[in-house]
Amino acid sequence: MTDSQAQSTPAMPSRFMGLLRGIALMRESWFGMFGAALVLFWVIMAIIAPLLPLYDPLQSFTTLEPIGTEAFDGSGTHWLGTDNRGRDVLSRVIWGSQRVLIWASIAIVCAYIVGVTMGVIAGYLGGWIDDIVSFAANVLISFPVLVLYVLIIAFLGASGVNIVIAVTFTTAPIVMRIVRGLIMDLRTRDYVAAAQTRGESAWYIMFVELLPNARGPLIVDLCLRFGYTVVAIATLSFLGLGLPPPDPDWGLMIREAVPLGTYAGHVMLVPALALSTLILGFNMMADGLREISLRD
Amino acid sequence: MAEEPVLECRNLSISYYTRQGEIPAVIDFSCTVHPGETIGIVGESGCGKSTVAMALMQHMGTNGAIVGGQVLFKGRDMAELSAEELRRVRGSEVAMIYQEPFASLNPSMKIRNQLMEIPMIHEQATEAEARERALQILADVQLPDPQRVMEAYPHQLSGGQQQRVVIAMGLLANASLLVLDEPTTALDVTVEAGIIKLIADISRKFNTAQIYISHNLGLIRETCDRVFVMYSGEVVEEGTIDDLFQHPQHPYTHGLFGCIATPSMDKNATPLKPIRGQLPLPHERPQGCNFGPRCDFFKAGRCDRDVIPLERILEDRGHYARCIRLKEIDHDAAAAPPEQKEPMEIGETVLSVDRLQKYYPIYDYSIKGILKGERVRYVKANESLSFTAHRAETVAIVGESGCGKSTFAKVLMGLETATGGSLKLEETEIGYQPVRKRPPERISALQMVFQNPFDTLNPSHRVGPQIARVIERFTGMRNKRQLRDKVFELLDIVKLPRDFYYRRPRQLSGGQKQRVGIARAFAGNPAMVVADEPVSALDVSVAAAVTELLMDIQRESHTTLLFISHDLSTVRYLSDSVVVMYLGWIMERGKTSDVFSPPYNPYTEALLSAVPIADPNIRKREIVLEGNLPSVMNPPKGCPFSTRCPRHLGAICDNEPPPEREVAPGHSITCHIPVEDLKKVEPVFSFGDKTKTGT
Repeated sequence: MTDSQAQSTPAMPSRFMGLLRGIALMRESWFGMFGAALVLFWVIMAIIAPLLPLYDPLQSFTTLEPIGTEAFDGSGTHWLGTDNRGRDVLSRVIWGSQRVLIWASIAIVCAYIVGVTMGVIAGYLGGWIDDIVSFAANVLISFPVLVLYVLIIAFLGASGVNIVIAVTFTTAPIVMRIVRGLIMDLRTRDYVAAAQTRGESAWYIMFVELLPNARGPLIVDLCLRFGYTVVAIATLSFLGLGLPPPDPDWGLMIREAVPLGTYAGHVMLVPALALSTLILGFNMMADGLREISLRD
Repeated sequence: MAEEPVLECRNLSISYYTRQGEIPAVIDFSCTVHPGETIGIVGESGCGKSTVAMALMQHMGTNGAIVGGQVLFKGRDMAELSAEELRRVRGSEVAMIYQEPFASLNPSMKIRNQLMEIPMIHEQATEAEARERALQILADVQLPDPQRVMEAYPHQLSGGQQQRVVIAMGLLANASLLVLDEPTTALDVTVEAGIIKLIADISRKFNTAQIYISHNLGLIRETCDRVFVMYSGEVVEEGTIDDLFQHPQHPYTHGLFGCIATPSMDKNATPLKPIRGQLPLPHERPQGCNFGPRCDFFKAGRCDRDVIPLERILEDRGHYARCIRLKEIDHDAAAAPPEQKEPMEIGETVLSVDRLQKYYPIYDYSIKGILKGERVRYVKANESLSFTAHRAETVAIVGESGCGKSTFAKVLMGLETATGGSLKLEETEIGYQPVRKRPPERISALQMVFQNPFDTLNPSHRVGPQIARVIERFTGMRNKRQLRDKVFELLDIVKLPRDFYYRRPRQLSGGQKQRVGIARAFAGNPAMVVADEPVSALDVSVAAAVTELLMDIQRESHTTLLFISHDLSTVRYLSDSVVVMYLGWIMERGKTSDVFSPPYNPYTEALLSAVPIADPNIRKREIVLEGNLPSVMNPPKGCPFSTRCPRHLGAICDNEPPPEREVAPGHSITCHIPVEDLKKVEPVFSFGDKTKTGT
């Protein structure tokens, strides 16, 4: 390298290319690709639901029409039939995806904010702070999850916000323990000592020096945890503790279809399939990410 | 040697299959090992030396394969053996000894069971026989008290003892070939010296053939008969120890010797000559000679054309080198007289340490402890340290693991606070001031270069902003543009290209990361920099360059350098004064030349003798210490070194702490032995004929 080159000011490499390379890596795991495709499918459905030529999910037609029946008023086709109140199943499933994804995202974000903050603090500061935070987390984890859900919803009443609170209570302690473990490992690194010896504050070290380095395992966990939260929200709805009717919701749809049994199987099968594909998508994506991150 | 060779490799080539496609890891490796012979494979990381070892055992992992050549073990082709036969060969005929002894032993089994199962499985020996032989072999590897060792679990033994047990396992199987892959890298120098002696004894006593893999030329010289120097997957030079160390022929081998500090070198009169550039990545190897881009004798059109063959140097000698210009290069003529550097003026006192103490309390919560009232015990990490460091001076703190050198660094940096004594930086007491309580100018006056290059930079942030952050904190400079320009200047100083500003740490090699670490430490114009083993994790050629860089920056900035190390060769080379520590005590301190010549403290003497020396013109007196480092939890009552001291006087050493005596101005020794007796001790090193004869 000549001197003139050494003295020139180099240009900042593009962030966009970095992102593209990250996505390209995902191709290495077809498993992960498949999962991501499933998740992406539902995310796109949720986003474009208002643009699709769908029936109003609350509008009633003839009840329990089989798959592919023409609507009685000739306005179109019930591609996936209608339910016991005559509502279009396709429309409800697609609108339901929006609802489940929105609430799951809010719940996960809340759980992660609480869990990560607690975990970073407990892991970095240690001592009695760690003792208290870890004890509280252990108490919460020792409750059976379902019992905790029922207790919280029973106290606070069934609503979207309360679901978020319930999910935060059950998920944050687990996230906290993962983060705490990661941080306890990372805090012995020399770059942390370097930050300490130049007098950085504990907050700076925790959230600027340490947390970004815990992101790998956390992203994998986030995917898995997303799947679990979707299950949790559906379970709560199924138990009648979830989002109040009549808005479309997969758990609720399954619950309402149960009495029908095999008489009108599609009414239960469609939301159940939607639910499983979404969860499967998250799990496979998590596995794929883990597989990629373990390779060099 | 008429005997049939134990092992023969013929033109062995090994490749790995990765994302980048097929990567040749080893190309055209040939060697022959006879019974009782020790061959050494030396090279820097990534040169393929461990891959060779794994290939000998036909153990290539999932993505590796032997793509050419043969491995013949006692005349049989290893590739043709069935899985069952291969298993038998691996267990009982070839034994492998790895770097990390603890990982080689099963932590949940007693040593007895691990040893006895070998003859019981391979030779159907009875339990009594197996026990007998296990005890015998433990005695053979010079473990004290074999009975106790037999009943111990691996964690109850020290690293050196564990490594001896692993070697014993290999011998117990009557292995005819021992493959030792960096067997002492994880051990302390004085323990290493014992293992090296053992390895040398074994080949003589049991007639075992050995393959010794190491990055350390000094160790190779002390253990091996023949040596193979590898570079980037190829053997570049092969020869007997005498031939190769006296008359290295390949430019790379020559370069390696220029990178190692030997006891006859000095930072001002004979500076190290680092090899420029860095090892090419396996998929970016150049055409022709792999060493071409780093070689001073490179001739375009000749060196970068065809594959270079390994050529015999003299008709009657087994000395080979892979260099096309072999006959043309005159190393003696080419060796420019070493560039002399002016010694620095040593200025006023920067740091003064006076009877500094650091104890860590250990709380005993057991019922026994509470009943006896002894609830708190202390780990005495530093006991009464006193020394001073002056402006522009390099002070080295030397000692083995557990000697308290890192604890001292922590107290100095304010990560811990002292228990007693005083620690003054530029007349200000800082021993009791944690870093958060220090004013910014005092923090910037004292910075640190860390040991592990893979840890020293935060992998999540780009290089530039990490340095900029330091400048921002110490100077209050906020202007983004100014900050960036300042970082560019620092990158120029540490000889890194400016576009490293935008690199991520993972895109940097170990040496480059260490350079960034140095830039970061010097960013705030510190009065003093603490360097904690800054080059111990780097390859020889890179370490030399980083050492020289550190020295050059110090010359420019007149910074005081506190160099913490266990490597006495480097310490002797670059320091002005030395502090020798053992178990929290200062055993000896003074000017480097005083400490490295008699009178010695017996510990310094042993430490000096333990250092492997790569220079064949230096002879050293051999002192091998018995026993292990005592635990800091339970140190000896009198002199800390009394349990291992070869010059132990008697009860006085065991019971009374030794006095510190000044033997010359500024040179003091902490020992009970009268100074007159210490003065009679012969020097550890004697320099043979200094004239290096050329070929």
